[in-house]
Amino acid sequence: MYTFSGKIKTFSLALMLIGAIGIAFSLATAHKTNEQVTTILSQEHGAHEAHNAEATHETAHKEASHKVEAHDDAAAHLEHAKTQIETRPWSAIYVAAFFFFMITLGTLVFYAIQRASQAGWSIVLYRVMEGISRSMVPFSVIIFVLLVLSALNITHIFAWMSPENAAHDEILHLKSAYLNVPFFLIRAFIFLAGWNLYRFLSRKYSLAEDNEPINGVSYNKNFKATIAFIFFFGISEYLMGVDWLMSIDHHWFSTLYPWYVFASMIVTAVTVIAMVTIYLKSKGFLAEVNDSHIHDLAKFMFGFSIFWTYLWFAQYMLIWYSNQGEETVYFVMRMDHYKTIFFSMIPLNFIFPFLILMNSDFKRKYVFVLMGGIAIVIGHYIDIFNLIMPGSVGAHWGIGIPEISAFLFFLGLFVFCTFKTIGKAKLMADNNPFIEESKHYHY
Amino acid sequence: MSKIVRALYNDDDILMDAVKTVKSKDYHIEEVFTPFPVHGLDKAMGLKPTRLAITSFLYGLTGFLFAVWMTNYMMIQDWPQDIGGKPSFSYGQNVLGWVTILFEMTVFFAAHLMVITFYLRSRLWPFKEAENPDVRTTDDHFLMEVVVKGDENALSELLKDSGAVEVSIVEAH
Repeated sequence: MYTFSGKIKTFSLALMLIGAIGIAFSLATAHKTNEQVTTILSQEHGAHEAHNAEATHETAHKEASHKVEAHDDAAAHLEHAKTQIETRPWSAIYVAAFFFFMITLGTLVFYAIQRASQAGWSIVLYRVMEGISRSMVPFSVIIFVLLVLSALNITHIFAWMSPENAAHDEILHLKSAYLNVPFFLIRAFIFLAGWNLYRFLSRKYSLAEDNEPINGVSYNKNFKATIAFIFFFGISEYLMGVDWLMSIDHHWFSTLYPWYVFASMIVTAVTVIAMVTIYLKSKGFLAEVNDSHIHDLAKFMFGFSIFWTYLWFAQYMLIWYSNQGEETVYFVMRMDHYKTIFFSMIPLNFIFPFLILMNSDFKRKYVFVLMGGIAIVIGHYIDIFNLIMPGSVGAHWGIGIPEISAFLFFLGLFVFCTFKTIGKAKLMADNNPFIEESKHYHY
Repeated sequence: MSKIVRALYNDDDILMDAVKTVKSKDYHIEEVFTPFPVHGLDKAMGLKPTRLAITSFLYGLTGFLFAVWMTNYMMIQDWPQDIGGKPSFSYGQNVLGWVTILFEMTVFFAAHLMVITFYLRSRLWPFKEAENPDVRTTDDHFLMEVVVKGDENALSELLKDSGAVEVSIVEAH
């Protein structure tokens, strides 16, 4: 049995403390006067002078063409830029919160798939997965608070929520039957409640299995709960992707976007499962986990990386091909102002993991799995950054104190919850009907 | 004239253990017939790793290059096409639209040629007579062929002890 070590506890609490100080600092300094905004804009203007000439002017999208507005209505432009600059620390929190939330949710889904398919190989990893999904509870609360703050117009992560925007926006008006604040919050609450309920039940039944005969009541109850969860998740994940991420770019739409988010979610989750497992093994725990289990996780990392790339490219190619203004704004914004972020995803999320994890033998070597894994984790943080930031802060982004401290805070919280939970129960689900198969798993 | 012992098993786990026992006594396992692929059997038998993956890579590369040539010839050289107003006569500026074709051709070549290679390598072709010595190996039994070395009765005993349900001795073919 693993015990939550003091070292990890101190480490995670220190991360949370540093992160909290950074977040507090960036929120405290977020407010800008009009003069400061003008200074920032003129600095940016100088830097972007060259490409202003190229002009993204045809596009009707307000962020992409905010330089046009500057000529028409300097005051409105100033106000708009000010809102975006002031939103940056909030968006940074949202990016990190969603990124870590997505790891816990992806792990929960991966775990549910293992249970529903009654897979034999993965039982030895069940307690690790249960540990990772534990921090979903605090992350859910934080995300819901952020959504409420945005709905109250305290922050402006979601531009469509602001009444001034909605009043003059014909497209938003047409979408308002679905995209309105009360319904949005109700949906978010239902999704979070459903996912957390399954996490709670499956953990409870899983622990109850330990004190029951093999194939007992709890095992079967867990199986039924899992089937219900997968059905619920299939629908709720799609709507979550539309609500929490796609609605940030509220004029734009893409029907495969939520699956693209899912691909990001599941590949990061499997990677984190592999990383935590390798960490625990390096400390001498999980003796039952052998190279073949790591090999299987690495296969999932490899496969889902390709799946992510497939969806990324499918979305990009169709929009590139048809070349419709209302669709291309999304990529115009990202290629004009987020070039490094946007293109760094391809080597990090595809080329590097693809090459390093292609060889069958490399998938069994921890060092290669970790190297591929680190690229995947960084790449998918950048992916989420790229989904949230352009729509909420426009060109006024950066990787600085707000982003790094938010990341550290949530990393600390994640590590704390994960290892505390792993330390609470036996590391092996010994009464699972498939545990012997899993222990003897070889490829 | 060497002799061969055929041992039949009815469970893949028992077979795996038996293969390891027989190998540890330095007998040569001629062949094992199974109704389905048994994970880890190749390693236990000490077979060399397959080179099929290398051929697969080469076939995939061939397919990829073929698709590059094909899309370039069809869409740029022979009959230039205007795709969504993108500049024609330029492979680089249109290639995004053909990534699907490049991918599909890569997979098509790799998959089909790999299967054909596998059939050739396994000497399988239409109307080929089955080589397995006992028809039950296509149903629910596993058969191990061991070359006799020294006392054939000792080997038979060893195989029976390892869990074989049936042991027979035949002349090598």
